[in-house]
Amino acid sequence: MSPALIAALPFLGALLPGLLIRAGRNACATVTGFVTLLALIGLGLHIPAVLRGEVIRTQIDWLPALGLNANFMLDGLGLLFAGLILGIGLLIILYARFYLSPRDPMGQFYTYLMLFQGAMLGIVLSDNILLLLVFWELTSLSSFLLIGYWKHLPEGRQGARMALAVTGAGGLAMIAGMLILGQIAGSYDLSDILQARDAIQASDWYLPALILILLGAFTKSAQFPFHFWLPHAMAAPTPVSAYLHSATMVKAGIFLMARLWPVLAGTPEWFWIVTSAGLITMVLGAVIGLFKDDLKALLAFSTVSHLGLITMLLGFGTKAAAMVAMFHILNHATFKAALFMVAGIVDHEAHTRDIKRLGGLRRLMPVTFTIATLAGLSMAGIPPLNGFLSKEMMLEQAAHTPPGLIGLLATLGALVSVAYSFRLIAHTFLGPQRTDYPHKPHDPGFGLWAAPALLAGLVVAIGLMPMTVAGWLVDAAAGAVTGTAAHAHIAHWHGLANPALWMSLAAIGGGLVLLGLHPTLDRLWTALPRPEAKRIFDGLMEPLAALSRHLTAALHPGMLSRYLWIATATIIIVSYYAFRSGSHLPGARALTEVEPIAAIGWLLLMAASVAVVLCHHQRLLTLILIAVVGLMVSVGFAYLSAPDLALTQISVEVVTVILLLLALNFLPKTTPRESSVPRKVRDLGLAALGGLAVGGLIYALMTRDFAFPSIADYHLANSKTLGGGTNVVNVILVDFRGYDTFGEITVLGIAALLIFALTESLLSPGAANDRLRGWVSDTPDAGDRHPLMMVVATRMMLPIALMVGIYIFLRGHNVPGGGFIAGLVVAIALVMQYMASGFGWTAARQRIDYHGLIGAGVLVAAATGIGSWFAGRPFMTSNYGYFEIWPLEEFELATAALFDLGVFLTVLGAVMLALSSLTRLAVRAGQTVNTEAFDMQSELEAEEP
Amino acid sequence: MMGHWIIVPVVLPAVMGAFTVLVLRNNLGLSRVFSTAATVMLLAVALALLVGATRNGPEIYFLGNWPAPFGIVLGLDRLSALMVALTAFLALVVQLYAIGTGWDGRGRHFHALWQFQLMGVCGAFLTADAFNLFVFFEVLLIASYGLMIHAGGRDRLKAGVQYVAYNLVGSTLFLFALATIYSVTGTLNMADLAVKLPQLPAGDFALIRVAGVMLLMVFAIKGALVPLHFWLPATYAQAPGPVSALFAVMTKVGAYAVIRCFTLFFPADLPATGALFADLLLPAALLSLAVGSLGVLGAKDLPRLAAFGAITSMGTLFVAVAQFTPQATAAALYYAIHSTLAAGALFLVADLVVARRGTGNLLRALPVMPQHGLIAALFMATAIAVAGMPPLSGFLGKLLVLDATRGASMVLIWSAILLSSLITILGMARAGSTLFWKAHAAEGSLPPHPAQPLAFVAVFALLAGLGTLTLAAGPVTGWLAETARQLHDPAAFIAANKLGAP
Repeated sequence: MSPALIAALPFLGALLPGLLIRAGRNACATVTGFVTLLALIGLGLHIPAVLRGEVIRTQIDWLPALGLNANFMLDGLGLLFAGLILGIGLLIILYARFYLSPRDPMGQFYTYLMLFQGAMLGIVLSDNILLLLVFWELTSLSSFLLIGYWKHLPEGRQGARMALAVTGAGGLAMIAGMLILGQIAGSYDLSDILQARDAIQASDWYLPALILILLGAFTKSAQFPFHFWLPHAMAAPTPVSAYLHSATMVKAGIFLMARLWPVLAGTPEWFWIVTSAGLITMVLGAVIGLFKDDLKALLAFSTVSHLGLITMLLGFGTKAAAMVAMFHILNHATFKAALFMVAGIVDHEAHTRDIKRLGGLRRLMPVTFTIATLAGLSMAGIPPLNGFLSKEMMLEQAAHTPPGLIGLLATLGALVSVAYSFRLIAHTFLGPQRTDYPHKPHDPGFGLWAAPALLAGLVVAIGLMPMTVAGWLVDAAAGAVTGTAAHAHIAHWHGLANPALWMSLAAIGGGLVLLGLHPTLDRLWTALPRPEAKRIFDGLMEPLAALSRHLTAALHPGMLSRYLWIATATIIIVSYYAFRSGSHLPGARALTEVEPIAAIGWLLLMAASVAVVLCHHQRLLTLILIAVVGLMVSVGFAYLSAPDLALTQISVEVVTVILLLLALNFLPKTTPRESSVPRKVRDLGLAALGGLAVGGLIYALMTRDFAFPSIADYHLANSKTLGGGTNVVNVILVDFRGYDTFGEITVLGIAALLIFALTESLLSPGAANDRLRGWVSDTPDAGDRHPLMMVVATRMMLPIALMVGIYIFLRGHNVPGGGFIAGLVVAIALVMQYMASGFGWTAARQRIDYHGLIGAGVLVAAATGIGSWFAGRPFMTSNYGYFEIWPLEEFELATAALFDLGVFLTVLGAVMLALSSLTRLAVRAGQTVNTEAFDMQSELEAEEP
Repeated sequence: MMGHWIIVPVVLPAVMGAFTVLVLRNNLGLSRVFSTAATVMLLAVALALLVGATRNGPEIYFLGNWPAPFGIVLGLDRLSALMVALTAFLALVVQLYAIGTGWDGRGRHFHALWQFQLMGVCGAFLTADAFNLFVFFEVLLIASYGLMIHAGGRDRLKAGVQYVAYNLVGSTLFLFALATIYSVTGTLNMADLAVKLPQLPAGDFALIRVAGVMLLMVFAIKGALVPLHFWLPATYAQAPGPVSALFAVMTKVGAYAVIRCFTLFFPADLPATGALFADLLLPAALLSLAVGSLGVLGAKDLPRLAAFGAITSMGTLFVAVAQFTPQATAAALYYAIHSTLAAGALFLVADLVVARRGTGNLLRALPVMPQHGLIAALFMATAIAVAGMPPLSGFLGKLLVLDATRGASMVLIWSAILLSSLITILGMARAGSTLFWKAHAAEGSLPPHPAQPLAFVAVFALLAGLGTLTLAAGPVTGWLAETARQLHDPAAFIAANKLGAP
């Protein structure tokens, strides 16, 4: 089985428990265990090869551009860890089957567990550090789910989030570190990186990379000062604690340090950072653990302490120390997993894990007691158990590493470790039997104690026959870490001259004394103020969250004026900066004379604009002033020889003013005064700056010539010959750039649909609808709603206006006019009918739906464009010809005119749909609908009862 | 050669939108059938264009058969084909969601507006004419406004007014920019600009710089780059869920326009502008990362969280874009595909939650909602995607962006991206914990809700898209590397315009 498949198996298997839980809990657990067993067998088949020193690889290209490849390898180090992950995983699956209560969703649990198992296997089998990062973050995510498994417990949720925050942050730092490492080595493949020791250690980026990678490793392995999350992760169900927080996940950081040991270790930086972090963690964890009453918390800090021990050994940077580290990883996994399971059993049976409420369980739970004692003594380092072996080897390494303080502190750590181990055994199981257990405990069924018993058996077996049971594995792992063949010499007796013997004895003796003093010390400890990790963490997180909330709310108050102020200021400042930082020459064009008539128009425009600002609280007046501005712009176009624009502008003005008037009817007639004086000053300054900037820009543009020949020359030259029209503006609109027009009429059509949809939502039940129903006009209506004079006049004007519209439409291609203007003119003629005789009367005579008009318009325009495909030409290629049909003179027919018809229909439909939507609002607001051509308001009122 | 097919992504939705208005406007059932069929066809055409652009290289479509630069031209290259295909895929999936949840029936003209929206987005992606880009910005703006206020409601209408008013400022600025460009150079064809701008006399430099930054700010507004992002949070939070999901591609229009214009005619080696744009873009992108991720952590409700997630992702995207190197552009494109799908999925999940919980509030725990477990799993997956965690493509995208970042600002950029990822992760974890875990501790129960399988199919489809993007990262990045190379060496694109040919 290839390493890739071994790593993939748990992921594939993760689907099964979720499905098979329907077949029962036993089936669910069995299939999960089977998948793990399969992977374990697959791993086992490689043992002979790995022991021969071979490295088994699988290489799959994934993202070669980045150097991220799905390359896996299995060597001695991978074998040790993968064996632990799968072996203990199998025991955990068995244990969890009997541990979880019927209320716990077991399928979910096993799915998460398998995801986690796969992620861990991925880490230890990766041959590519980016791939390793992928799995690294996956362990953070899957452990988040596992810690928070008991969703209803706040401790679980908070513990999960804290673990994710700390390990996630470390993981992100590690991403940076790994990228740097890979860039130095020129490859992200571990096999290449492990060859690049000299290049890496000589690089300027060595220290940053080291620190960033160690951040990842320390957070994951709960090294000081990141140790605080681990005890809070103990809110997880015990199988999770036993698996993640003793045997596997917390060892991922250790694994990483071991994996990169050949390239990162051996420098003073490495020695000081890693050794001191490990040493501090070891002593601190042990001391805190001694005073914990919760069994799992005690074990958690013990784990922290032991991880510190292993980290310290790796920090020494010697091959011998690295070998001891490997051995202790194995030993710690066996006794600590067993102890966690024991803690779970006690909790399960006695319904408490509080040591102070326990004691005397020896006779009630003899099997559990035996297991706990074996594992606990191993943790304390009592011969001949396996914990003793590796601890003594550790002490020897510490004694031989200067400065002497290391040996002293290591002995102190071991001493405290003895104390809490004995306390665990003594205060839980020894002493008199009590009567006040929350639940009368007894030994659990075989299913629950089988797994820890097996582990305890291993503790003894390794202790008695270390070379036979574990020596080969330690050799293989140490060989892989150090890159040279390793031969462990593990023995119980090294002679009297060995300092470790005396350190060990001191530790055991001191530990017993410390245990004796525990009640006194415990009172002292409780009285002492000490930093509470959770409070500090919450003290950081909650303000950060609150700060984010406040900052975000303060920055986004939902005030358009603020948003636009910032946008305008940004635009002005950035544009000004861009201008000032570039070279500029004034334009070469001469200024034209100012003629009196132009000056008057200009003054009028200015005056009307200023008046809009001054009078904007009175909305009706403002509308009229805006109309004046629009009118002057139209006049300006006409004056500047742009009759098409002038015609368009003036018809647009008429239509918009009418529609705005209708809309204004339902709005307050005045705008409330909302702006403070400072804000007015700010806005005034901003507006002045913006106006000056735009004015300056336009001045600069209008006083210069094009730097290159303009495309306009082509349009002027070819409008008649190729476009078939002498009105260049119209030919541009319907031909040269007909596609733009196609887009713009769609915009117009959509805008009308929008008005309709908005009206529709206002008319559906809701607050706006209620307001409309209750709306009372604040201005007196004219008694003569549909004056006779107006009705007659508009009727007479209708055919004339329609004819003018058609005329403007037809002539558009050659002289000012076209579909857009024609559409507006016809729309105005129809709007007049509405104004004169009211909605009801007019609507009754309307046969075409305005939605349809818009749809038809866009379709006609599109169809004209598509038509050219059939002539083998691109979309919107125009054609024209001259025809002579008696009695008419010769005339021109152009496909562009058909397109213009689409424009015409859309414009007409859009205006009319907007109008009819507003009218529907009026009807809802209580205005009566007349069916006659003209009526008198007073008559209607008189008729109503 | 793709020939007329190039314009089909614009004409097809335009015709379908108009047809729906003309014939189907009062028949929701038929509107659904036709609109979905049209989007399926759009996707098919888009995929064909993608294959064509890959095989044939850049191709220009001369509208009205007018030679460039005198008429309007469309440009099909790998980038435009990719963006159209991405749009079509997202639109189809989200449309199914809208149908599955009945969102499309809660107001008028949903499907017509939907098609017009697609017309606008595809038109913007396909045009190779600066003014025509403005036109399609207008089409997509007005259509998006219509979709945004679909189904009405006080808060939504208020947000809609802000959205449209803010974006009209952008449109006005766009006109200023185009007027300046045209007045200085006398042309609007993008390739023609690429040819002419390097020959610009030094006396015009200041004005073209102004035009360039104005254009950049227009696209920054569309791309929601801080401090021009203010329209986004309320809009995305208030719009109907499926509309917000579709809008995931709208911010990409801004990013696309920056990539297109600022590799083609405002490249980093242009004498007039030089590093001006990169110098402006990078700080804004970093600021977006900060504002976006803090917004995710501080969001009071789920749709707003998703909205700030979108801002963060635009920050990451623009950090890559601002490098203006082929490698970084390729990374940006990969991340753009990812973040479009991821943001779309997150908005859909947020809508699922709001529909069942009655509120997106994140400060208060409510009881377990209908389909709780499934939605929790979907949220987890989309949160992973949005935060850029493995195993989904967001992680790969971020690695690509980090790897492509070199030079003086590397430390700053790396710190910003990684820190913003961390804050996003924290925000997502908080939100998920309140929504899905704390619910188990809350008393009472929520009213039942129909299952709506089609809605879940849509979310799964987006996640499947992310999964495919992850697994096929090798081929995809290879393809994108060539895409980026063509963008930074646009000779073939310019040549296809046959400038000045009679």
